[in-house]
Amino acid sequence: MGYVKDLKCRECGREYPVAPVYVCEFCFGPLEVVYDYKSIKKVLTRKVIERREKNLWRYKELLPIDGEPLVGLNSGYTPLLKADNLAKEFGVKELYIKDDTVTHPTLSFKDRVVAIALTKAREFGFDTVACASTGNLAHSVSAQGAKAGFKRFIFIPATLEASKIVASLIYEPNLIAVNGNYDDVNRLCSEIANKYRWAFVNINIRPFYAEGSKTHGFEIIEQLGWKAPDNVIIPCASGSLLTKIWKSFKEFKEIGIIKELSTKVFASQATGCSPISTAIKQGTDVIRPVKPDTIAKSLAIGNPADGYYATQVVNETGGWGEDVSDQEIIDGIKLLARAEGIFAETAGGVTVAVTKKLIESGKIGRDETTVICVTGNGLKTQEALNGQTISPYYIKPNIGSFEEVLQKIRRGGK
Amino acid sequence: MAVKVRIPTPLQKLTDGKDEVEGEPGTVISLINNLDKRFPGIGERISEGGKIRRFINIYLNDEDIRFLQNEGTEVKDDDEVSIVPAIAGG
Repeated sequence: MGYVKDLKCRECGREYPVAPVYVCEFCFGPLEVVYDYKSIKKVLTRKVIERREKNLWRYKELLPIDGEPLVGLNSGYTPLLKADNLAKEFGVKELYIKDDTVTHPTLSFKDRVVAIALTKAREFGFDTVACASTGNLAHSVSAQGAKAGFKRFIFIPATLEASKIVASLIYEPNLIAVNGNYDDVNRLCSEIANKYRWAFVNINIRPFYAEGSKTHGFEIIEQLGWKAPDNVIIPCASGSLLTKIWKSFKEFKEIGIIKELSTKVFASQATGCSPISTAIKQGTDVIRPVKPDTIAKSLAIGNPADGYYATQVVNETGGWGEDVSDQEIIDGIKLLARAEGIFAETAGGVTVAVTKKLIESGKIGRDETTVICVTGNGLKTQEALNGQTISPYYIKPNIGSFEEVLQKIRRGGK
Repeated sequence: MAVKVRIPTPLQKLTDGKDEVEGEPGTVISLINNLDKRFPGIGERISEGGKIRRFINIYLNDEDIRFLQNEGTEVKDDDEVSIVPAIAGG
């Protein structure tokens, strides 16, 4: 049996039994899963976790399922990489990359949330799963839904990068490309979700789905040797990942897995779509929606549903919000690849570039422990780097031609 | 002639199960206040103190009213208004 007590409205506190509902019927506030922490505390310890298999279900008591995990049995437990080269570049002591570029099976942190969403969808008895997506979620629902035997309806903005569309199509879902931006797709889907009894992972399954993001945070703490970092830099689209990582840290403290928690949480966005970091900088909790214009398409949500709560977390923890230009994002992707051998998608460029800015402005101390969240793989957004990389050396198939180039390379010091 | 108003599932209990009702032209907030006369209770669910609640988005002909004049946005006959709860990203 699971440890979920019920669902509770974050705004007005009304309680609801566990069901595929996602907003408070009274005030439309989002519903949040409430756990029985007292009972969890008795069964979930560091030792118990350490004995389990290395996937995201090792924290299953803190995930909103009733039975055994059904989907995503190889997802999660991605590397936490000590980024010494990047630390040197930034002039800080201790820097880590939480590397979700290698999440199984579709190479982004969305595999975490989808594992929980589809397990829950099956528990609720749905035969069809659906989502509105900027790309990564589409891939994960397409792939994990195929393996689990669901019918799949995937809605994406028609303007997505071609490679991101192929990476969904290969799993043969019903892919619906909508002539509009992500916010248009989302709105359409909320109307479709009203009409059809499907498990829309980020609509009627959202309270359960979103909980999956906590595993990214649980792993950070476990992999740091059971302690929370001084700073964590998180990319923001809807703001959900940020609020859930913070929830994961608080839960580990609540059940006694860590004793100390004084992490500062930092929100990072692309300047071309920065409603959350803008609100933080302006000292308001009113999120003004924007029309996204950035290469960081996986973060291009102009109307972030959890933006309000993200600003609350940032303020509560003494963090900050920062945003970076498209050129800074590209430079961030290139720097991460050059320094640490990790090829991140645009959202990873955002967190790296924002970290640099936060260190330079003194918001992050140089002798503190900082974790940068890198949430998706760069192979998915190669178009963003067209004309931005170095070039190959073209030679004839003979040794003379090669050595001519080699001399040039050596003169360049490589 | 009237304004077409699309009602989300959680509010359809108040509109006799109808997902679309007719409203009167005027500002968005007056449209909602007038709906409340015919469907008592709907007003306080959508707005609080003359402001649209934080987790509700209102669209006039597919445009978020926060890009227009918010609660003061003028709605005309034949316009379409959608009331949509905010939802999470992907």
